[in-house]
Amino acid sequence: MLKINKLHKSYPIGDSSLHVLKGINLEVETGEMVAIMGSSGSGKSTLLNIIGMLDEADSGDYILDEVPIKNLTEKKAAIYRNKFLGFIFQSFNLINYKNALENVALPLYYQGLKRKERQEKGKFHLTKVGLLEWADHLPSELSGGQKQRVAIARALAADPKLLLADEPTGALDTTTSYEIMEFLQQLNDEGKTILIVTHEEDIAAMCKRVVRLRDGVIEEDKKVNQVRAGQHV
Amino acid sequence: MFDIDLWREIFQSINKNRLRTLMSGFTVLFAIMLFTILFGIANGLQNTFTEAFGDDATNAIFIRSGTTSKASNGLQAGRRIQFDNNTFSSIKSENDDNIEYITSRIFKNVTATFRNETDNYSVRAVHPDQQFIEKTSIDEGRYINQRDLENKTKVIVIGSKVEEDLFLKTTALGKYLNLSGIQYKIVGIFSDEGNDDEERIIYMPLTTAQQVYGNNDYIDQISLTYNPKLNFDEAIAFSNKLTSELKKLFSVAVSDQRAIRVRNRASESQSVSALTTGLGIIILVIGFGTLIAGVVGISNIMIFIVKERTKEIGIRKALGAPPKSIVFIILLESILITIIAGFLGLIIGMAVLKYGGPSLEQYFIKDAAVSLNLIVAATITLIVSGGIAGYLPAKKASQIKPIIALRND
Repeated sequence: MLKINKLHKSYPIGDSSLHVLKGINLEVETGEMVAIMGSSGSGKSTLLNIIGMLDEADSGDYILDEVPIKNLTEKKAAIYRNKFLGFIFQSFNLINYKNALENVALPLYYQGLKRKERQEKGKFHLTKVGLLEWADHLPSELSGGQKQRVAIARALAADPKLLLADEPTGALDTTTSYEIMEFLQQLNDEGKTILIVTHEEDIAAMCKRVVRLRDGVIEEDKKVNQVRAGQHV
Repeated sequence: MFDIDLWREIFQSINKNRLRTLMSGFTVLFAIMLFTILFGIANGLQNTFTEAFGDDATNAIFIRSGTTSKASNGLQAGRRIQFDNNTFSSIKSENDDNIEYITSRIFKNVTATFRNETDNYSVRAVHPDQQFIEKTSIDEGRYINQRDLENKTKVIVIGSKVEEDLFLKTTALGKYLNLSGIQYKIVGIFSDEGNDDEERIIYMPLTTAQQVYGNNDYIDQISLTYNPKLNFDEAIAFSNKLTSELKKLFSVAVSDQRAIRVRNRASESQSVSALTTGLGIIILVIGFGTLIAGVVGISNIMIFIVKERTKEIGIRKALGAPPKSIVFIILLESILITIIAGFLGLIIGMAVLKYGGPSLEQYFIKDAAVSLNLIVAATITLIVSGGIAGYLPAKKASQIKPIIALRND
């Protein structure tokens, strides 16, 4: 599904540069649910951004679904992002002047689907996250948990191969966090591959595999016994 | 570009971000409104100029005589030069190609009486061509014609003010007017675009005046218009040629400036038209300055809008928006706002000119208005400038890396 080999990334800071990723090797199979952990500055978000094609690596290989991701033009990257990836962000990143349904249907617009089809698919995914009756509401009228669920529905709308979540529970309280995690586990049970960046141990414990990053290298990579979020709710 | 979904996106963005739309729209509206009003006022100013100097034909030459200031050919200085019918025919026959209209003139002052009304007027005795040189328009009846000249008939054509003064409310055409003791039949009434004094003139046939006042063939002045095809330099050369011909005819010294006086309207009208051109250039500079200020305003707002929308652009890119669609969405929004606001500005500006224009006439601004051509040109300028103003920020926005855009919290 996903294969990363000797990945390096550094950011220029003034005259010198900060070496953030120092040769990362990572393989993720279809159907896995992986937590990427690490303290701030460990490079975990950078790694996720590179996987999400939001950022480019300096060197190393990255193969996604047997497609080498390298030297992408903006246009190609846009197509790949739309086809392969679904993003879930800590700050939700919904478009504030579009209602829930329009937000969910937006990736479908970029897939070139007809309006009617977009509406139908959007509604289907909103139903899946249990927010159909909130379809006409603007993000400002939704709670944090609801916003994140709309964001998840949006990430799912384009039927991506890989879900990328950057601190998906970072802005939520514990109960809501577990609800979101329970939902993500459910998606994983249905076969979705999910990558979650987090610094919370309890969230990581709800995944099937934990990768720990420290100073730009993988410190630990082990399978864990998944804690079902449903037990906590 | 004709994708309905794209337009839906744009209208939603415009509709949901009213303050932003209003701000950028207002800048454009104001610029175009000012542009229209300034242009209109300047046009009005130009109209006043053209009218003030446009009374007589601009290609007119007036020839008068004086007394010699220098001795020549054995004749003494101080000799009075008197034009007569021979002078007229010799000018006419020798310069036939270059002359459009030509007339002799005799000036007299008369006391005109009709029943109990009496007043003093100037009489101009002329050839029929005078009508075209003075740009006189006949309201009723006819002008002096060739037959009048041949028969020396006692007919006159009076200005409409003369009719007003002497005939009160009754009509003057066909009646007889007493000019210093002699009865003349009124055959025409004219009006003149110049001032009121011009309409207090009485025209009569040249030959009639020569017979009545002195029984000679003297004339006071020769007026002519030259062939309009002559350019400025040729016109000046023509009047110089006339001058030297006349000096030769009357044995006047070449350097004598007083005996023969030739006044060419070409040199006067050139300075007037230079003034109007200068005015036009100032108008253009001001007008386009305003327009450029407007375009700069839109550019600034577009840069601000792109900044404000950076995060949205990042989200859209993360969801798979190709760079082209980002450019389109921002560019089309910019052009749309520019067009609508520009048209509103144009309409408001024109309304201001229409309803405020008449009260400006006392400040020498007449018929302040803008032409259709200008409106079309301004509209095209608007669309193009809206496009340019929107394109650069839009292009920049499409190149923002999504990761940077998303970090923008």
